Amino acid sequence: MWRSSFPVGSLSVTDTAAPQPQHQARRTPLTHVHEQLGATLTDFAGWLMPLRYGSETAEHNAVRTAAGLFDLSHMGELSVTGPGASAALDYALVGAMSALRPGRARYTMICAEDGGVIDDLIVYRLADAEYLIVANAANAATVSRALGERAAGYEATVTDRTADYALIALQGPHAARILAALTDADLSEIKYYASYSAKVAGRPVLLARTGYTGEDGFELYVSPEDAEYLWAALTEAGSPHGLIPAGLAARDSLRLEAGMPLYGNELSRDITPYDAGLGWVVKLDKESDFVGKAALAAKAGEPPQRQLVGLTSQSRRVPRHGYDVLWNGSACGTVTSGTPSPTLGAPIAMAYVRPEVAVAAEAARSGLAVDVRGRPEPATLVPLPFYKRPA
Amino acid sequence: MTVPAELHYTPEHEWVAISGDVASIGITDHAQKALGDVVFVSVPAAGTRVTAGEPCGEVESTKSVSDLYSPVDGEVTEVNPEIDDDPGLVNSDPYGAGWLFRVKVDESDGDTPPGLLSAAEYSALTKEEE
Repeated sequence: MWRSSFPVGSLSVTDTAAPQPQHQARRTPLTHVHEQLGATLTDFAGWLMPLRYGSETAEHNAVRTAAGLFDLSHMGELSVTGPGASAALDYALVGAMSALRPGRARYTMICAEDGGVIDDLIVYRLADAEYLIVANAANAATVSRALGERAAGYEATVTDRTADYALIALQGPHAARILAALTDADLSEIKYYASYSAKVAGRPVLLARTGYTGEDGFELYVSPEDAEYLWAALTEAGSPHGLIPAGLAARDSLRLEAGMPLYGNELSRDITPYDAGLGWVVKLDKESDFVGKAALAAKAGEPPQRQLVGLTSQSRRVPRHGYDVLWNGSACGTVTSGTPSPTLGAPIAMAYVRPEVAVAAEAARSGLAVDVRGRPEPATLVPLPFYKRPA
Repeated sequence: MTVPAELHYTPEHEWVAISGDVASIGITDHAQKALGDVVFVSVPAAGTRVTAGEPCGEVESTKSVSDLYSPVDGEVTEVNPEIDDDPGLVNSDPYGAGWLFRVKVDESDGDTPPGLLSAAEYSALTKEEE
């Protein structure tokens, strides 16, 4: 058994097959709660995280139809403050952070000089001179170091505040009504990609209408001391509405259905934002210079070498990270992520393929396949995202 | 975790039920829990010969793929017709409706085929892994 296990993120979950993961992994303020709930734990980027509590398919479906509760305390939080914070971030990141209004958030990336992606980020502007940058757990230290170096010439302070935050995500169509019972904040005023300091169940929370599932939902940045209390309060308020806890396995299948990239799969140091079809994050025309500008400007002017596409499989065998994509029998690309899709009822995958193949495959009725452990399984090109929540 | 006393087991987390010269085979509760939601099972077709200890199929779950090994030498007589449409049976009823395939065991003289573990031995093995 356990011949191969597939990455949740850029790390294998082989540990889950040998049930108990390394105990030197870091615990979040909620790890003991997951243990009490009987979750299968996994070592993810050095953190002991819940992979699933029961059935990951049930958890996935709950987020799509009701709500799911996630512990995301492993994510990295970096604060950038000072009169030079905006300018420092305009230089350090590919987006125009100075144009972000206080109370708003933006998806962006930090790239290297050669344009390769170091991490994808959510940046919250909390005040004129105060930003909160949220990085992937596996890249938090690297991003912290890079930001510190890049901010050196500016009147700005970069502080790693990961230990000061727990992060709970409440995601699903019932998220707002569940949260409304616990807060006086007017949730209808908190639009998508906005943030707001509020009290939830009496505790101070940075409330953000952001998420990684493709559903409406909130991410609650809280103090570690309040995490367990808030988790319980949200569970009590949410259970009557169908809320269940959801782990990293469901998080991955949800984001893939929503066409969202995962660093380590669709994004890496060898990939530019343009390769991933995310060139819109690069603001070449912002006034400031920024790290990677020359390389990215050159890339923007070139014909793309590869294209990120969506695939559905006609068999139930799932295309997985690293599998070859075949066009009329010849390798033409590689799968970056794959999962069974509970919403679509068929396996879905993202893959990088040669652009001319993407064009040809869209026009043809057949010819595309994925080599699934030695057998070519027919696949169909589909536009991303696979799933869009109902308006 | 359930380990029915009347069954036999393999270190690869499969159970074996012997009835005369036919062995029924599936994966254990421990295995289905570790795998997560099973989405596809590939079993050898009826009429295929299988060899003890050799991989003969796959169990694919949301996040992993595991080889299925034959615990015995023999010829496959039957495969579970429900598994294709409802692979979740492996999770919900691993020792019952989630059975995978049946093998007519070579040179069976009614004895337990060699190399299998008792329930107690299998329980001890899985405790060690935890």
